[in-house]
Amino acid sequence: MLDLLYQPWPWFIAGPVIGLMVPLLLYIGNKSFGVSSNFRHICAACDPAGIEFFNYDWRTGIWNLVLIVGVAIGGFLGGSVFANPEPIAISAQTTQDLQTLGILNFTGFVPSDIFNWEILGSAKGLTILIIGGFLIGFGTRYAGGCTSGHAITGLSNLQLASFIAVIGFFIGGLIMTYLLLPLIL
Amino acid sequence: MKYTDYFLYLLSGIFFGFVLVKSEVISWFRIQEMFRFDSIHMYGIIGLAILVGMISIQIVKKLNATDKNGTPITIPPKDPSQWKRYVIGGSMFGLGWALLGACPAPLFALLGTGISVMIVPIVAAILGTYTYGVFQKYMPH
Repeated sequence: MLDLLYQPWPWFIAGPVIGLMVPLLLYIGNKSFGVSSNFRHICAACDPAGIEFFNYDWRTGIWNLVLIVGVAIGGFLGGSVFANPEPIAISAQTTQDLQTLGILNFTGFVPSDIFNWEILGSAKGLTILIIGGFLIGFGTRYAGGCTSGHAITGLSNLQLASFIAVIGFFIGGLIMTYLLLPLIL
Repeated sequence: MKYTDYFLYLLSGIFFGFVLVKSEVISWFRIQEMFRFDSIHMYGIIGLAILVGMISIQIVKKLNATDKNGTPITIPPKDPSQWKRYVIGGSMFGLGWALLGACPAPLFALLGTGISVMIVPIVAAILGTYTYGVFQKYMPH
């Protein structure tokens, strides 16, 4: 039983479990599952310039901020306390592709030669960590949701808007993967 | 909101973060694999999550269910006529997702696993959202 806490879970177990977040949050307090609104709540809580988009009571988002604090704690438990010591078993084809792009270390959740403090001094590090983060924050608010709000909640609720947004996610994702990432890495 | 509710949201978040780690959704490598269509892993996870979410929402609607405090459950619809924002904003999000190999929830879970440098993309994402707020009025929606 304890093994389950250390081992990776197969996709056919993890998927339905993640889907349960939708009814769980609806039941606790009529909340729609979504994570990226937190970036807006943080802006609204400390907006220095009185921008209209942030002119609402950020306290209405406290439940969501509490949720992401929980996500970080869950990350600590799953990735540190009950860490799986094995490298992630990605497909041979992806491994080969990434090796061609210069990724050599496949241990851990992220390539350690990109995700470290030293790389921030380089163009590569700045691009990935800062431009990547910026695009996520800008894009998700422009689109009105991220993977949880659009792909999971929106598609679960048969929203055409979310279907268009998810197509957008893949337009951007495929352009990055096939055209831009080979130039950046 | 009652303090017990905060506790329930915290527990839900811990549960979600734990599953994100155990399912390897937080892995940069899994996201690269997904955008290369080399494995069913991420598609299976997102697809089954949608299936469970969809069945749950259908049940909620059929039963006119209420939350645990008795408030009728409502899910705000999203306006599909604003298709430009979904295409352009969604594509920008996708560029970031494939570049960083993480979407918003995994950024926080990765920070929790002890990768402290993840605070950098989180702050950058907050700045990105702030920038959107500043220019929102001037952009097509």
